[in-house]
Amino acid sequence: MTALAAVLVRDMRIAVRVGGGALMGVLFFLVVATLVPFALGPDLALLQRIGPAILWLAALLASLLALDRLFAADHEDGSLDLILTGRTPLELVVLVKGVAHWLTTGVPLIVAAPLIGLMLNLDARAAGALVLTLLVGTPALTFIGLIGAALAVTLRRGGLLLAVLVLPLAVPVLIFGVAAANAAVIGPVPFGTPFTILCALTLASLVVGPFAAAAALRQEIE
Amino acid sequence: MAIADLANPSRFLKFANRTLPWLGGLTVIAFAFGINQAAIAPDDYQQGATVKIMFLHVPSAWLGMLAWGVMTIAALGTLVWRHPLADVTAKAAAPIGAAFTLMCLITGSLWGRPMWGTYWVWDARLTSVLLLFLLYLGVIALWRTVEDPSRAARAAAILTLVGAIDLPIIKFSVDWWNTLHQPASVFRLGAPTIDRSILIPLLIMAVAFTLLFFTLLLAAMRNEILRRRVRTLRLLQANAAS
Repeated sequence: MTALAAVLVRDMRIAVRVGGGALMGVLFFLVVATLVPFALGPDLALLQRIGPAILWLAALLASLLALDRLFAADHEDGSLDLILTGRTPLELVVLVKGVAHWLTTGVPLIVAAPLIGLMLNLDARAAGALVLTLLVGTPALTFIGLIGAALAVTLRRGGLLLAVLVLPLAVPVLIFGVAAANAAVIGPVPFGTPFTILCALTLASLVVGPFAAAAALRQEIE
Repeated sequence: MAIADLANPSRFLKFANRTLPWLGGLTVIAFAFGINQAAIAPDDYQQGATVKIMFLHVPSAWLGMLAWGVMTIAALGTLVWRHPLADVTAKAAAPIGAAFTLMCLITGSLWGRPMWGTYWVWDARLTSVLLLFLLYLGVIALWRTVEDPSRAARAAAILTLVGAIDLPIIKFSVDWWNTLHQPASVFRLGAPTIDRSILIPLLIMAVAFTLLFFTLLLAAMRNEILRRRVRTLRLLQANAAS
């Protein structure tokens, strides 16, 4: 337990210090969300309608940013070898690393989302629904991303491959995340239906992600 | 000869060389028969002659999924038994499966234009098949990024197992969501909803497609084994020279 807590604290420290990806993610999120009104024109009615989708898309791309360094940095400085030979189950370590990644990149996005939502003309109800869906959905993005991060750990151009591998798998999360956020505002589906599916996706990825990522790490590092 | 004997790549090569002409011949015969049957099958009372697109569309969809199924089984072989032939199977099946899936998407949109009035809709069945195609491309990209073949095989195997989640989604997408794509009409509880005059040519075409898949797979596996031998020889040569 202490080992896992140590990993959590270490990963979060690395993420917030110089060279870490925590603030970069939220900055990227902000920039992407700002670009969209420039591309579409500042039509507030349109932005209100597609605002949740824009924010979800920006969150999906932002969560990819720091992922390629998640295991690769540990691989380069040798700590991954220590983790692999350690007695703590690799699956749990991977899970904790995922949690640390989510706390440092996912949570800032969720905090920033209502603010950017304000700029996209979302009302309080829509912003609330959006924050709720992001809160439930972004862990799934992280844990699906773990698989790609583990697969690309020893590759030089891992970041590019990571996006190709992870984005198709993240599509269901995007679909139900946006569907739930939209359902709260415009209907016609009740909010609960896509939202519970989103919860299910997150729970499933919480199980599949760490196991697949741990298997991938074991195969890559021998 | 027991199946286990095929595990030896040299024996497999011999087996492939002996089997390929027969399998190829069977494929040609099945296609000749199937296309003939499809041509003389009656037109649909509503769709007219466009229904014949189905004879390409449906089997290529089935084969696109079957190829991922074969890759999933091969992935288990790679991860559990570390079997080199399983690696070869998975690598050879990926581009073939991608081609079938692409064909399914293209014929589907050509069929959709006259029937639905659009080449593409974002409905659950179409989207999940498009995802399958993207997953194929991802696996192929992974194969092409990792240099060491056995490590590439293990990485691709894990991605294949995770991607296999898409197969039941494709199958049941028409039941779970209200889609423009029609629900299951052949493999369903109860009798197929397709008339025999069209169903039988369709099944013959499916057999022909399956034969084509296994012919291509066997040929691609043979090429892959030879390619690996060439690679090993080159490495040995380079080592000897240095």
